[in-house]
Amino acid sequence: MQAARIRIANGRILDPSQELDERGDVVIENDRIVGVHWASGHAPASSPAERVVDAESLVVAPGFVDLHCHLREPGLEYKETIATGTRAAAAGGFTTVCCMPNTEPTLDTASDIEWIHAVAHRDAVVRVYPIGAITKGRLGIELAELADMGRAGAVAFSDDGNPVRSGKLLRNALSYARITGRPVVDHCEDHDLVDGGVMHEGSVSSRLGLRGAPAESEEAAIARDLALAQAVGGRLHLAHVSTAHSIELVRDAKARGTRVTAEVTPHHLVLTHAWVAGFEEGVTRYDTNCRVNPPLRTEEDRVALIRGVADGTIDAIATDHAPHDVVDKNCEFDRAAPGISGLETAFGLLMRLVAPTNGDPALPLATIVRALTMGASRAFNLDLGTLRVGALADLVLLDPDAHWTVDVQRFHSKGKNSPLDGQDLRGIVRLTMVGGKIVHEVPR
Amino acid sequence: MQVQAPTMIGRARAETDSVQGFDGLAPCWPGRRHVLDLDDFAPGEIVQVLGTAATMKEILQRPIKKVPTLRGKTIVTMFYESSTRTRVSFEVAAKVLGADAVNVAAPTSSATKGESLINTVQTLQAIGADIVVMRHPQSGAPWLVAPRVHAAVINAGDGWHAHPTQALLDVFTIHEHLGRVRGVRVTIVGDVLHSRVARSNIWALTKLGAEVTVCGPPTLLPRDWLLEPSRLPWAVRVCERLDEALDGADVVMALRLQRERQHGGLIPSVREYSHLYGLTTERLRQADSSAIVMHPGPMNEGVEIAPDVAHGPRSVIEAQVTNGVAVRMSLLYLLFGGEAALERSD
Ligand SMILES: [Zn+2]
Repeated sequence: MQAARIRIANGRILDPSQELDERGDVVIENDRIVGVHWASGHAPASSPAERVVDAESLVVAPGFVDLHCHLREPGLEYKETIATGTRAAAAGGFTTVCCMPNTEPTLDTASDIEWIHAVAHRDAVVRVYPIGAITKGRLGIELAELADMGRAGAVAFSDDGNPVRSGKLLRNALSYARITGRPVVDHCEDHDLVDGGVMHEGSVSSRLGLRGAPAESEEAAIARDLALAQAVGGRLHLAHVSTAHSIELVRDAKARGTRVTAEVTPHHLVLTHAWVAGFEEGVTRYDTNCRVNPPLRTEEDRVALIRGVADGTIDAIATDHAPHDVVDKNCEFDRAAPGISGLETAFGLLMRLVAPTNGDPALPLATIVRALTMGASRAFNLDLGTLRVGALADLVLLDPDAHWTVDVQRFHSKGKNSPLDGQDLRGIVRLTMVGGKIVHEVPR
Repeated sequence: MQVQAPTMIGRARAETDSVQGFDGLAPCWPGRRHVLDLDDFAPGEIVQVLGTAATMKEILQRPIKKVPTLRGKTIVTMFYESSTRTRVSFEVAAKVLGADAVNVAAPTSSATKGESLINTVQTLQAIGADIVVMRHPQSGAPWLVAPRVHAAVINAGDGWHAHPTQALLDVFTIHEHLGRVRGVRVTIVGDVLHSRVARSNIWALTKLGAEVTVCGPPTLLPRDWLLEPSRLPWAVRVCERLDEALDGADVVMALRLQRERQHGGLIPSVREYSHLYGLTTERLRQADSSAIVMHPGPMNEGVEIAPDVAHGPRSVIEAQVTNGVAVRMSLLYLLFGGEAALERSD
């Protein structure tokens, strides 16, 4: 039994939504935050009835909101389920996950969306917000019933995994989705230009003899989407932006007033195509766990993504958690399913950006937390990602200095597909609370 | 660490030490388990392979071509892509050294899932293979196999990536005909983008100090080689025009052009390709008057190479095939050099 009243005492409260970075207490009653007190304010004496969680030397932040993950249910439960995926999310500090509709069947009707809500109500330990498909069956032929899905609780629309190939159809989707108030999320990739590429086209693909997907296969698609969103005034969200020129396109479009938001993944912020060559210590060449879509790009791209997060061009950091079974990865690189199981390593990976040792532009912890909380929440117009009094008590306690070694066998996710297995990471999520309930705790 | 060698190899080593044309690159063989790519070969290791190959070639010219160095060893050839020439070359090399060569028929359909490669690997373990020689259409496939078997893995060609034994036999042939490798100007012409032969040759040649030029239509050259040559791991000149690439070449190596490249939209027609990049007697006048012509085979005569060039006085294409056996014997021997020495001390 949880105490009805919990005091998170003496932590570093880091809440970008209130521009707050102070030592103090957060008090929770039932499922809401009822008090945020810091040293310069007046913290009322603790009442004997409350449970006190000692947050000394920990960071107290709003729970992370993941705009992009694959929970694989229904249909692909051998890869992941809502139960296992949300447990992984809790372990990674995510209190809300938005799940992509590329399941079997596709989530493309209101009843599919309701079904996800029902299963989540039964199995999930964090909030699950489904994303509905843009087109029926994600086939790119006819629009799905966007308004109906929106009413049922779809928070966005995406054919993720597939781009919307027809510009006309995407234009209509952006226009029509206006009545839902929900963004259209495009996985930007021109399949003609990808031409079967399995990694970034560049110095590593040409060295390893792997077919390359050029950067412009993403950039050309993003340029088209931005023009369409600008034309019809629709709300466009760009999934997993991965190249330097893509960042420039988004920056320019925002400056012109296009209603666009964008996300990047932790792996694109930290890893590069050099990982496929096995140049990193402890990484083997042709490791299929480095096969991901969009592919890991160059050092220049990676640095541009970091700058994009720093200056707000990028709104959110989203995991694109893509769990796969071992049979999907235990094969030749070309034949491996693309994707990285990312929920449980996201925070540790991102911490590598806070105090970089390799000359990267540093990304302050507050900026990372903003992209994981308020930035993400605003991109999808969710009322989350804040520690304001009265808000849902979704929060995390972060231990930024604690080290751990990634062991995929200990993942809560069914997807053990991570190139980070065996890597030393700094930054542990000590506690995750969803609606006042502690769903994950790692004792110090 | 130098292994104590039995008589035959003692001679191989002696000759290696006196091999000319490597400008003081001392042969060395620190011992390796697999031969997957040449990028991690030290120059001295390549010299060791070539020097040992020279002795092997001499053995091949004896009336009785048989040495028992690898007696009792099982060499499995596993070709997921048919190449009679390379497979037979390995099998002959194995048999001359006294090993048993077994060919595992591998499914060649491109629809076959990777899982079958993992399964085949388990079969190899059950057979008790000592060396696995594999050819696979997917780049990197040997990296999937190597950590999962006790056997040594030799990459006999993976996708567009690497073909180490082809490159070693090419360098051996160049050395044999020109007496040196350092400073030799080698021009590789054709579909470099899709060529494992080109990639492995570049590693081997540049490690030994040759000056390499690659040439082909821009659609068949890796984009980064063309646009950012300064960032490549080796110094290679990249040319779009053949006349420029051939200027002063000592070695001209033509690559096979797959006819699919036309359908893939990479070249307008095989005819136009041949017109621009086919090696003809006329074109070869650009090269050094004593230049040799090479081709990894199988050739499309009349496409990337004119018949009179392929069979003409400058062609060393037949020598490449003969040298292939010697070089593969050399590698097989060296991979088991330590054990061979132990057998002798018994
Ligand atoms: Zn995607």
